[in-house]
Amino acid sequence: MNAPAPRAVLYLDGVTVSFDGFRALNSLSLVIEPGEMRAIIGPNGAGKTTMMDVVTGRTRPTSGRVLFEDTVDLTRLDEVAIASLGIGRKFQTPTVFQSHTVADNLELALKAPRGAIATLFHKLAGEERDRIDEILATVRLSDRRDNLAGGLSHGQKQWLEIGMLLAQEPKLMLVDEPAAGMTDSETEQTADLLREIAKTRSVVVVEHDMTFVRNLGVRVTVLHEGSVLAEGSLDHVSADPRVIEVYLGR
Amino acid sequence: MSCVRLRLFAILAAIALLSSVSGPANAAEDLRPLVDKLGLGDFEETARAVDSLAATGDARAAPLLEALANGDLNIRKSDGRVVIAIRDGADYKLADPLDGAALGVVPAGGLDRIRINNSLRRNIRAAIGALTLRSPDPSVRRGAAEAVFKSRDAGAIEILDAAIAAEQDSGVRRVMEQARAATILAGNAPESDKLAAIDVLAARGDRDALALLNNVEINSQGALKDAAATASAKLTDTLAIWGMVQNVWYGLSLGSVLLLAAIGLAVTFGVMGVINMAHGEMVMLGAYTAFVVQSVVREFTPELYDLSLVIALPLAFLFAGGVGVLIERSIIRWLYGRPLETLLATWGLSLVLQQAVRTVFGATNQEVSAPSWMAGAFAIGQIQITWGRLWIVILATMVFVALVVVLRKTSFGLQMRAVTQNRSMASSMGIRTPWVDAMTFGLGSGIAGIAGVALSQIDNVSPNLGQSYIIDSFMVVVFGGVGNLWGTLVGALTLGIVNKLLEPYAGAVFAKVFVLVFIILFIQKRPRGLLALRGRVAEA
Amino acid sequence: MISGRLVRGLEGRVYIALAALAVVAVLLPVLNLALPEDSAFHVSSYAVTLAGKYLCYALLALSVDLVWGYCGILSLGHGAFFALGGYAMGMYLMRQIGARGVYGNPDLPDFMVFLNWKELPWYWYGFDQLWFACLMVVMVPGMLAFVFGWFAFRSRVTGVYLSIITQALTFALLLSFFRNDFGFGGNNGLTDFKDILGFNIQTDETRSGLFVASAMAMALGLIVASFVVRSKLGKVLVALRDAESRTRFLGYRVERYKLFVWTLSACMAGVAGGLYVPQVGIINPGEFAPANSIEVVIWVAVGGRGLLVGSVVGAILVNFAKTWFTGALPEFWLFALGGLFIAVTLFMPRGVLGLVPSLRGKIRPLRLPGIGKGTSSTVESPAKAGE
Repeated sequence: MNAPAPRAVLYLDGVTVSFDGFRALNSLSLVIEPGEMRAIIGPNGAGKTTMMDVVTGRTRPTSGRVLFEDTVDLTRLDEVAIASLGIGRKFQTPTVFQSHTVADNLELALKAPRGAIATLFHKLAGEERDRIDEILATVRLSDRRDNLAGGLSHGQKQWLEIGMLLAQEPKLMLVDEPAAGMTDSETEQTADLLREIAKTRSVVVVEHDMTFVRNLGVRVTVLHEGSVLAEGSLDHVSADPRVIEVYLGR
Repeated sequence: MSCVRLRLFAILAAIALLSSVSGPANAAEDLRPLVDKLGLGDFEETARAVDSLAATGDARAAPLLEALANGDLNIRKSDGRVVIAIRDGADYKLADPLDGAALGVVPAGGLDRIRINNSLRRNIRAAIGALTLRSPDPSVRRGAAEAVFKSRDAGAIEILDAAIAAEQDSGVRRVMEQARAATILAGNAPESDKLAAIDVLAARGDRDALALLNNVEINSQGALKDAAATASAKLTDTLAIWGMVQNVWYGLSLGSVLLLAAIGLAVTFGVMGVINMAHGEMVMLGAYTAFVVQSVVREFTPELYDLSLVIALPLAFLFAGGVGVLIERSIIRWLYGRPLETLLATWGLSLVLQQAVRTVFGATNQEVSAPSWMAGAFAIGQIQITWGRLWIVILATMVFVALVVVLRKTSFGLQMRAVTQNRSMASSMGIRTPWVDAMTFGLGSGIAGIAGVALSQIDNVSPNLGQSYIIDSFMVVVFGGVGNLWGTLVGALTLGIVNKLLEPYAGAVFAKVFVLVFIILFIQKRPRGLLALRGRVAEA
Repeated sequence: MISGRLVRGLEGRVYIALAALAVVAVLLPVLNLALPEDSAFHVSSYAVTLAGKYLCYALLALSVDLVWGYCGILSLGHGAFFALGGYAMGMYLMRQIGARGVYGNPDLPDFMVFLNWKELPWYWYGFDQLWFACLMVVMVPGMLAFVFGWFAFRSRVTGVYLSIITQALTFALLLSFFRNDFGFGGNNGLTDFKDILGFNIQTDETRSGLFVASAMAMALGLIVASFVVRSKLGKVLVALRDAESRTRFLGYRVERYKLFVWTLSACMAGVAGGLYVPQVGIINPGEFAPANSIEVVIWVAVGGRGLLVGSVVGAILVNFAKTWFTGALPEFWLFALGGLFIAVTLFMPRGVLGLVPSLRGKIRPLRLPGIGKGTSSTVESPAKAGE
């Protein structure tokens, strides 16, 4: 038994998830330190998304522990409780509320009481309005403020979702393929944005795009068949013969 | 018409059978004087004539007495001869009561009916009982013994004793002994005889025996009362188990009906994810197909009448299936991926179909009569099984097996499953997905049509037929687990049996309410049903 | 303070609807009561009652729109809440008959005397008071909805499954209320009402009074519903309608939101039923028929789902058509209704109000996903990463 590392924001220990005998995660162990940004890469089916599902309470692991800030066992909580702890998630395909305006999307995400009665009598105060404007500026959507989110371009939706994550003010952000379907310049801007965000919180980024990962310039974990294959700088893992084999060998 | 013919034939056949066994026809002449005495005077004289006929012990007198009891025995006014007369239109067909020879036709005015009253009727019954106990036909003897068991006529004991001594067939002898036991318990026999009789009755083990035992328990004292009480208690337990088995059978039968109604839905809802609220109307169309086929057959080829339901099965499948394909092509295909809208549109369609059928056939119930091979019942132990229900169970099983085979073994089934799992992939592999959609929907609807033919036998064929099954069908599919035929099977049988087992305690309505509430609670616990698919497919 | 915000929370079309309601609520009773019967402008009592009935239907439709249009819950059992509200009011009206029934029993309604019952069942206590009956009109459907919803939403029963079990709910109630020993008059239901609060239920004045009460309930329903959907809670509802699990990942307890609006909606349906019964003079188990509940859904669809006012317009339009058809071409009504179901879902997914061009831009559009996409498919991240 390993003793938990001191002050890890996220700590996965021997997490296994199996579906009808198939192991999506196989005794996965992973530590994310406070304030760290980590990129997770791996071929299709490596278990990247399942890992996020486990952390956010969408999937219960068959065995293993998932600790948040050393003390809270996430496997016992549901999505809502985990979200309230300060863990935000961006999905692989951008998921925004299409029938709401961009500003309303952010308003819903803003850190505020989440009870039904509280929201029934909630009034958008000046302070919240300022915060929304601030985030809109950060994600470069100020001029789309009152447009329906459904009408945004794919890249803009990605950014809106990142903005919603910011509005939640999470301690840990899980970002699934933020650069998917973006142009090169958009990808670059997204990397800038994430680096900016990571200054104040921990971020886990799952990504396929190597250029993007290189742009982030952070520690990389390679997943393969549900467990960690290699960990280190991008250059370090790219040189690992096992990683090369997994990515190129077949 | 056919009824008259049948009745005359039955009487004549019985006479012919008896005469052939008893020797040459002229031997019947010994009885002739006794027969002619039947119509001579008042009830008392008739009663004496009946008794003397019974005293001959000649089994040939039985059908004659039967005719007397039924009021078919008449005196021909022209010559005072006793004849059997069966109404044929305005006239009567005459036959000789002993040898069954046809004696021509007379108008109603040419006959005097030999009248009987209740006490005479009782005499006749006893006489027939005594005579038929010696009949050469074992089934007749068994029936006679059962008749004595019911009448418990004290005078029958001696006849029974003689019959038991002569009886070769052990089954018939057992019934005779039971009849004797019942008669003894009803009379003033010594206690030892009665105790033995209680054992015989306990061994018989049915509700009639239980009723007699209870009667003895109430009306006697001492050892007899105790013996009757013990036997009755034991029999009650046994019968409770039989009752349970009977209810399970009813449940199985109801489950088969549910399965038939739901299995087509399991295809359209389970496999395609399409909510077809008009599914019940496909069932209804099947039932009306049966009605039309039967009417046409009756009109043009009455000799095939008994097969009309068999003919209706494929036609109902094709008709309902064809309507299904039309519906899929014209409405459903525009609504894929919008299950709630599909639900509303098909509901509207169900209203249109109901009203269309009401316009064509009228709002009243139509009768689809049962063919002879579906009529009647038989018993296993203490449970009654009607042929109609049994055939429905068999049909449900056959349909289920056929469907499983189609889905598993045919290329259409393979294509269907491929489209279900990944539409775009299937399409890019060259499967014509629109065609598969239409055929799948047609298949589901066609099976509903088959169900309709079966349901025409147990329910009113009316435009509302489908509505009464749609909710049950959905319950079965949802309870069993969507997308899983085996789940539908298990679901249908479980719900059917649970329903029937609850009925004795809760009554038919509340049993159904309990089942509904149970399903509502069950879905909370297992939102995907009993046998649910897991993994990615189920999430979609 | 709250009332001020209530009013500020209204939209233009709700103002129009409220104004129209106010006009009708004043005009119809005046034309009915003040003008002589031979006047060209006289409105018959039949018409007043009919309009009152339409308003009750409209309130019921509004309650369905609240859950379907804004929350994505297609209820096929709202008729049950309507009927329960109606039964609660019917029980008060039965108790008001007193000794004037056929059997002249001052305590027991006729059907109980007929069944040889000796005393009033406990659940009939208190219904001799209107305030109590009114409370039950709201509470009984509300409680049932709360318990049902608490179970259903907590276990995340959604979509078609939820629709089907709501249908099972109303079907179970239908069967139960048909039973004599259930204590609500069995087959015949509750009828032969005499008076309400001492006023004869048949007079023109009482009918007008009930009509005005219906109009007021309708107005109140619109104001409350509008306030709810315009609040942040309303935004959460639309959010969970479009992307339920995304809403969860934002930290909202989706099931509580659903439960809140579901219960509120059931209470509104109950009020509609409570006002309906004194106007039509009867309530029987037929009101629980699943077909009725589905019909309400089509009213909403015809008017335009997710617009509040749309459901009101739809309910009035369809019922007006029904009245006309059953008078003129009774045998064609089901063809027309069935055709309406099909045509609206195929050709007019936004309903009649969706056709009004000036509204189009302002409406928060419903997402109508194309072939092969579930409403929340975008959130369905793979449960099985290995596939």
